[in-house]
This record gives sequence, C-alpha cells and structure tokens, in this order.
Amino acid sequence: MARMKFLCDAERCIECNGCVTACKQEHEVPWGVNRRRVVTLNDGLPGEKSISVACMHCSDAPCMAVCPVDCFYKTAEGVVLHDKDLCIGCGYCFYACPFGAPQFPQDGAFGLRGKMDKCTFCAGGPEDDNSAAEFKKYGRNRLAEGKLPACAEMCSTKALLGGDSDVIADIYRNRVLKRGKGSEVWGWGTAYGKPEKAPTPPTGAKS
Amino acid sequence: MKRILIAGLAGSLVLVAGCGEQSQVTVYKQGQYQGKPDKQPWDNDQFKGDKVAWEKAIKARSGNQNEYSRVSTN
Repeated sequence: MARMKFLCDAERCIECNGCVTACKQEHEVPWGVNRRRVVTLNDGLPGEKSISVACMHCSDAPCMAVCPVDCFYKTAEGVVLHDKDLCIGCGYCFYACPFGAPQFPQDGAFGLRGKMDKCTFCAGGPEDDNSAAEFKKYGRNRLAEGKLPACAEMCSTKALLGGDSDVIADIYRNRVLKRGKGSEVWGWGTAYGKPEKAPTPPTGAKS
Repeated sequence: MKRILIAGLAGSLVLVAGCGEQSQVTVYKQGQYQGKPDKQPWDNDQFKGDKVAWEKAIKARSGNQNEYSRVSTN
C-alpha cells in the first residue's frame, strides 16, 4: 500500500461544507477548532472555485521538522500524527504548515493556547485503538475499523477523495479523461501521467 | 540527652524532606519521535493482525469513491 492522501477536485466541490460537518460530528471537535474547512476563491463571482482543505499529511512534513519536542510521527501508511501528551502548544507547527492545518483550542483564561489539534486522517493517535482516551484526545479511529476518513466518504459530489494515493490518483485520472477537462493544467503529466506512458525526449533535441 | 539528639535529627530530617529535587529536564533526541509508540491499524480486535484483510477493506472503500465503476457494476 502506498501513502494515504487527500485529493480535492475543484471542478466538483460545491462548497456544501458536508466534509466540515462530517469531521466535526465524527470526532466531536470543540468550538473554535476546524480540522477541515472549505476555501473559496473568487467567492460570488462567475467561475468561483472551492476546495476542501485540512492536513495534507505531507510526505516531508514541515510541522514534524519544526516541532521542538518531537511529538509528531508518521505511520507506515504515511499519516502524520502527533502525541498530545507531549505537545506544549508552542504554535511552531502552525507557522510552518502551508495549509493552516494545526489548530489550537483556547484552554483557560487570557487566550491561553491548548494542545495542538489537527486532522488525523481518522487514524486517532498513539493511544489504544478506539479507546475512550484516544477518542477524547484525537477523535474516532476509522482507519482501524477498515474505513476511510469521514469527510471523504461523506462528500456528496465525491469532490474530496481520500485513501491510498495510487487508487485515488487513478480515480481522478479516469474522471478527468472521461469529462475531458482538467488534464490541460500545468503539472498534469508529472502528477497523473502514468510512468509507462511517459514521453521519451526527442533525440538530438535540447531539453 | 540521647533522646533529644535523636529527636532533633529526626526533626531536621523532616524539615529538609521537602527540599529534595527531582530532575525535571527531559532529554530530547534530535529529530526522533519522543511520544508513545502507536500500533498498526490492523493490530486490533477487528482485524486481529491480518494486514491483508485490512488492506482489502480499505481498497474496497476506496473503490466506492469511484462512481463510474459503481454505476457500471450495479
């Protein structure tokens, strides 16, 4: 199995916020913490585009690199998780993350920051799978139940795909080829071009 | 006299008992995860360590996201 990833199809996302609601409900996320959110560009204008954003479980995660207490770890499936017992709530990961994934609940008076909370790809944390302690700290562990993240499974238009990167890349590739739109974007060949069909550079020509 | 000396020593020991200090400095190893170890998602009562069964379940769920294949098979 390859790495677990999310993929959001901006052509399909209708900004219904179903993914946000599914995440909130599944993990009983407190007020003020948004593990997932929908970002809309050119809101209200013709051709507006929406995309659902959460932790993208980076292959080379900057949050892991900057954490001063090394509370992050990556599972064998490529899911970036953290140990809340170690987190000191310093906020370095928030500054390092290009997606704004780390969230900090207000914990006590004077805006004191609590321990960092973020999308777990519905994989819980280092506590025992599906234990009360795990649910309280990290939410439900759907991956240990053989299920995919609630946001992706709940998505009504299947704009948000989640799972094994090879499988969801295939789904997206087939979708784009069928609808005939999307493969013209920059980087398509790099991201979704099949390796066996990679064009060979012309001989004698300068690349 | 001896009793007073013993009582005095015991009393002084009680007085300084609170002065003991435990080391509170955690030694971090650079770049290594310091938290509790996590188990694999298939190491639980449901899958009983069967990685293949877990991968099969995940693959089936992943396939459900492809409505083109869902429509053609139904």
